[in-house]
Amino acid sequence: MRRLLPYPAMAVAMLLLWLLLNDGVSVGGVLLGGALALAGCAVLAALRLPRAHLRRIAILPGLLRDVAIEVARSNNAVARLILRPPRERTHQPGFVRIPLDMRSPYGLAALACILTATPGTVWVDYDSSDGTMLLHVLDLIDREEWVRIVKDRWERRLMEVFE
Amino acid sequence: MNDLPLWAAIPVTLLLLFGSALALIGSIGLVNLRSFYARVHAPTLGTTLGIGSILLASMLYFSVLRTRFVLHELLMAVFIVLSTPVTLMLLTRAALYRDQREGSSEVPAVLPSDPPEKEVP
Repeated sequence: MRRLLPYPAMAVAMLLLWLLLNDGVSVGGVLLGGALALAGCAVLAALRLPRAHLRRIAILPGLLRDVAIEVARSNNAVARLILRPPRERTHQPGFVRIPLDMRSPYGLAALACILTATPGTVWVDYDSSDGTMLLHVLDLIDREEWVRIVKDRWERRLMEVFE
Repeated sequence: MNDLPLWAAIPVTLLLLFGSALALIGSIGLVNLRSFYARVHAPTLGTTLGIGSILLASMLYFSVLRTRFVLHELLMAVFIVLSTPVTLMLLTRAALYRDQREGSSEVPAVLPSDPPEKEVP
């Protein structure tokens, strides 16, 4: 059973995804979707991913809400910056290196997606030997403040979920 | 859009205009900003709030007309949110790698923890 279906929840999710994309349940759709889900899970198993331990899922909705607020806020900030005439743009783009305490690969992936999806910040690099990440910020005013924002606003809460 | 009632047509139109305006501003930024690393930030406008409001408009439109269920838009949102950051990260990392090799002063140098490259005699 374990060899045939290494990730049962993922297989069900893939099947549901297929049915949703097809806009309806039919025998052929379920069969094809089921076959695709099994094949997808076999690929995942071949990748030998480390197991994810999700703790405290209850804080995820609040986290998603804060991500949405932050995305909307920085959309506004970046749009204003772009619409300013080039001579009046005083922004200072720059890199900042941020030491992280999180080691869970899934937590780091989530942090990378949050930071990159937010306009104005792009996750550039992660050095696993000393656990620092490189962030590019469109308007870098205060390095220390960005370190604090990333660590307090996102990393601490992601660690509660993923570690 | 003849059969769409006015109370639904107004928010749908506003959301579409707002979303496309953000996508347009993002594209202007992509052309206008100075360095590559600054340009990378601009398209995220269109792929976050921009696509969000266009999808909301689509949900509203098709829900009011009752032609189909709104879950397709949710799927699109999930796929876009997951795939755009990966693309941007790949582009930025490729640029950083090249700039570091060329010893550009605009990017931080390779970390000291990396072993220095040996010169071929």
